[in-house]
Amino acid sequence: MNSRLPTPFRGLRRRLAERAAESDIWDAVQLARDDGRPYTLDYVEHLVDEWVELHGDRQGTDDHAIVAGVGSFRGRTIAIVGHQKGRDLKERAFRNFGMAQPQGYAKARRIFALADRLGFPVVTMIDTPGAYPGVESEQAGQAAAIAQSMLEMVRLRVPSVACVIGEGGSGGALAIGVADRVLMLEHAIYSVISPEGCATILWRDVNQRRKAAAAFKPTARFSYELGVVDTVVPEPSGGAHKDHERAARLLGDAIAHALDSIEAEPIEQRRTLRRAKFRRMGVWLENGVVVGEKEPEPGALVAGD
Amino acid sequence: MAQRIDVSIEHKGAPPTDDGRKHPNTCPGCGSHYRDDELERNQSVCPQCGHHFPLAARDRIDQLADTGSFAEEDGELRSADPLGFFDLRPYTERLSEAEVATGLGDAMIAGAATIEGMPCVLCSMDFAFMGGSMGSVVGEVFTRASDVAAERGIPLVSVAASGGARMQENVLALMQMAKTVCAVDLLRESGVPYVSVLAHPTTGGVIASFAALGDFVVAEPDALLSFAGPRVVQETTRETLPEDFGRAESSLEHGLIDAVIKRPELKDELGRILRLCAGGTLVPMELDSETAPPPGIMARVLRFLRSTPHGPSHTNGGPA
Repeated sequence: MNSRLPTPFRGLRRRLAERAAESDIWDAVQLARDDGRPYTLDYVEHLVDEWVELHGDRQGTDDHAIVAGVGSFRGRTIAIVGHQKGRDLKERAFRNFGMAQPQGYAKARRIFALADRLGFPVVTMIDTPGAYPGVESEQAGQAAAIAQSMLEMVRLRVPSVACVIGEGGSGGALAIGVADRVLMLEHAIYSVISPEGCATILWRDVNQRRKAAAAFKPTARFSYELGVVDTVVPEPSGGAHKDHERAARLLGDAIAHALDSIEAEPIEQRRTLRRAKFRRMGVWLENGVVVGEKEPEPGALVAGD
Repeated sequence: MAQRIDVSIEHKGAPPTDDGRKHPNTCPGCGSHYRDDELERNQSVCPQCGHHFPLAARDRIDQLADTGSFAEEDGELRSADPLGFFDLRPYTERLSEAEVATGLGDAMIAGAATIEGMPCVLCSMDFAFMGGSMGSVVGEVFTRASDVAAERGIPLVSVAASGGARMQENVLALMQMAKTVCAVDLLRESGVPYVSVLAHPTTGGVIASFAALGDFVVAEPDALLSFAGPRVVQETTRETLPEDFGRAESSLEHGLIDAVIKRPELKDELGRILRLCAGGTLVPMELDSETAPPPGIMARVLRFLRSTPHGPSHTNGGPA
């Protein structure tokens, strides 16, 4: 800031800077939602051999917004659970836009339990606007399904890695995000509510979504700075949609690195360490002193470099 | 607080408020209007129609905890503004306003207490503090309370009233869901009972985290208990919502909660649950060496609980 500028110009400069930040963040939101980006099954295709997809919650439903299975990943058998969006109209409807219902989270829980029994590390792929808000979902216990899915993840004895690959929307995203390591793609977003939802509630006007996005900063960099994600995974230049194979390779490197580092930790402390990781999250004032601000580890921002 | 109304007739119309909304002491159910002391005498429940008025966090504790037993902990925590959040007004301004209006540091208070003589750790949320939203402070207060319960081996009782996660702390608020779930996991691992009470409304990130995970989950009549709010569901699905959408009675019908309990009976019910819990064997399952309470604490807790006047030897004559 140039303090010699007369006040009106300083205001103008600040406004311009804010507007620039606003459009940067809005670009990030749109990129994260781009339907050319690789979805969970695209990563599965590039990352694992010998894939066996698993279906259903064993209680009468197979939620297509959540895909799951086991596969061989660079010498390890892993279980993968992820949200799945669709590209064309028909598939979008089939996948319910990646918005899971309670039965989808029950399916996820079943796979977590299976992986835990059989000793497969769990890798989750987060890409959803949020859990599905419908009458039947609510009556089937959407809230409890999300809470129980998180609890099941905390209890795992096997290593777990969560990857935010696109849109990390609200509790529906976090339901499969309570892992030993949380990775986030460079152009993904992670937020407590969609920018549209935030604008509707706080501004009472959905058209203020750009402002809302700028105010709550859902980008990978901010999520990293707030200590919510461990690693920001680089994408091919221009974004993951430009080169699925390369995007998958970069994510695969980060997952393998994360699994190696988790396996180096004592197994009997895994659950305790996982709880401790989330226990630390948050920033508040205690007797006027800021608590919980994170010191970024040098070099941890981008994996694979 | 409400201005004094010098009439004793209950059905007198309420004085209009500045913004055209109904006076907080006017019952939305039947239109009856009450003085502050009348409401307080009735535990903020409408004597005409049974509507449950919102209850401030401290009033809730006064109603539930035995007189003088509540010892608040961690009351000095305040929200920071890590994002520098600014919507129509700065987050910090909304915080100070809420603090002045409610007299609370944030939307949850917690501390050790006894309910009908049974020791517990009690958490209480206040919807008047920014919609009872959960940010870093609520997450931390709950987690500390839960950890204390786990450590001392005494039950945790939480009373939720919240719109969900606090948007002004965005992803940090979201993470409080994971954090509180981790706290409940430790509690479960320690074999300590958790009773979750849901007041109107308990929605969003709070019902989808710690509030849903009680060993016992009870709700107040007509409380809204949905993950997504009715308006969001309506706009997304374009369905006509059932009249009782997300309400406590409907949640009971669908197997989502254990009971709907009227406010005047809540303390009795909690006392009953706590006594029943004390009658269990309290053997913690598969304790982690890192988190296990020191050896001998369970035995001490058992001895202490058995020595209380409401111990498990008393038969429970009330309805379940």
